Amino acid sequence: MSGHASEQLDSKTLWGGKISPFSTSYGKLMMWFFLVSDALTFGGLLIAYGYTRHACTDMWPIGEETFNSMPFLGHGYPLLYVALMTFILIVSSVTMVLAVEAGHRMDKKGVVKWMVATIIGGFFFVGSQAWEWSHFIHGSEFGKVEMEDGSMAIVHGEWGEIENFSVFEAGHHHKKGDVITSKDVDLGHEFRHAAADGRLKGTVITLHDGSKANFAKKDNKDMVLVIKEAGGKYKAGDRVENHAEAAKLYSQAISTGEKGRVIYGANLEQNEYGPQQYGQFFFFITGFHGFHVFSGVMINIIICLGVIRGVYHKRGHYEMVEKTGLYWHFVDLVWVFVFTFFYLV
Amino acid sequence: MLRDDVIEYSLHAHHSEEQGKKIRRNIWKVTAILTLITFVEVLVGVVWTKTELGETSWAWASIKIGYIVLTLVKAAYIVLVFMHLGEERKAMKYVILVPYILFIAYLIFIALYEGSALNEVWTIHGA
Repeated sequence: MSGHASEQLDSKTLWGGKISPFSTSYGKLMMWFFLVSDALTFGGLLIAYGYTRHACTDMWPIGEETFNSMPFLGHGYPLLYVALMTFILIVSSVTMVLAVEAGHRMDKKGVVKWMVATIIGGFFFVGSQAWEWSHFIHGSEFGKVEMEDGSMAIVHGEWGEIENFSVFEAGHHHKKGDVITSKDVDLGHEFRHAAADGRLKGTVITLHDGSKANFAKKDNKDMVLVIKEAGGKYKAGDRVENHAEAAKLYSQAISTGEKGRVIYGANLEQNEYGPQQYGQFFFFITGFHGFHVFSGVMINIIICLGVIRGVYHKRGHYEMVEKTGLYWHFVDLVWVFVFTFFYLV
Repeated sequence: MLRDDVIEYSLHAHHSEEQGKKIRRNIWKVTAILTLITFVEVLVGVVWTKTELGETSWAWASIKIGYIVLTLVKAAYIVLVFMHLGEERKAMKYVILVPYILFIAYLIFIALYEGSALNEVWTIHGA
């Protein structure tokens, strides 16, 4: 006999046909079947992503350029944040497997301890993903610009802070002669909104209330333009490496006074990182995974409460913990693939 | 015939403290491996970037293959050790893995082949 689970099962455990296929309980086998079907869903999503990506190679965004920020630290940390997220999820998978192990020794205290650790890890991951989404939606300081020849470019470099807006034509709210500083509003936010809406013309910005102002801004430094979509002059993959020229082309492009010449962040229609499908795949795949993590945390909480109340101890085995464990490891497994195909490759 | 070299995972097979120790040691070992792989992946991604190497270079192609291999190693550890599918009956293991892998391998082949073909058409005739 090649298997080893050869103990006699009682009639409660046996299935309707009076035998127990693979010597597993009905619940555990059905959890496996569910996971296989769920894995097919995720496999389908990631393969659809691969299909789209192979269809438009040149303009596809590069992971370490798109995801290079850390909370509280700013830019210049390629992939570190998402590696941290991966690590958090792996650790919470480890604590879960330790809970399952404690369950097999009927160690109730151990199960509770490790399950609580797993739940905390799960919340950390969901929170990290929320930050990641928020960052993805709001985008970089530069955005993606449409150049004069119709090509689309993204920008590397250091953003020069905006110092103030000095109003020279009154609107509903601001008077002539007002100097608006970062104490009053988020100047960068206001500036980016104006640029995207075409309220930026030359050195004049039209504010939300209709007042017109001159803006004082520090120079952007070390700018490089990377062409993502071809136009009349540039083709995809071209780079404008000369910092001064790049800075000039960039400020020309954002201050034409035309709406939509610059795109910041991402929504379901457009994004600054790459083709439209990129944003949609990001939202759907990481969103669907995040939803799995969230429901996993909820299931873990419910089962953990059951453990604390002693339900499974009375039942004589902790198989419920093992089954939730299977689901939780599956969530980790999916993330391993998302991490590789969305961020690394 | 009972085997004493493997640890039972069926319903009422409770583990002794000694078996527990053995399992925990294995868990920590796998944890170290998974962490190390993730660390290596990120390090490689930061040091040899796609931008520097060029997307079509052989160097990037080999890194890409390396990433996929490392991912599959991680996945195997998670499924076989954390989900202890490796400790289940052989028949169950293959019922879960074989149909899935066959179907996904086919889907990967057909979708990526189709995608590349579409890319060629777009490159020649414009999107």
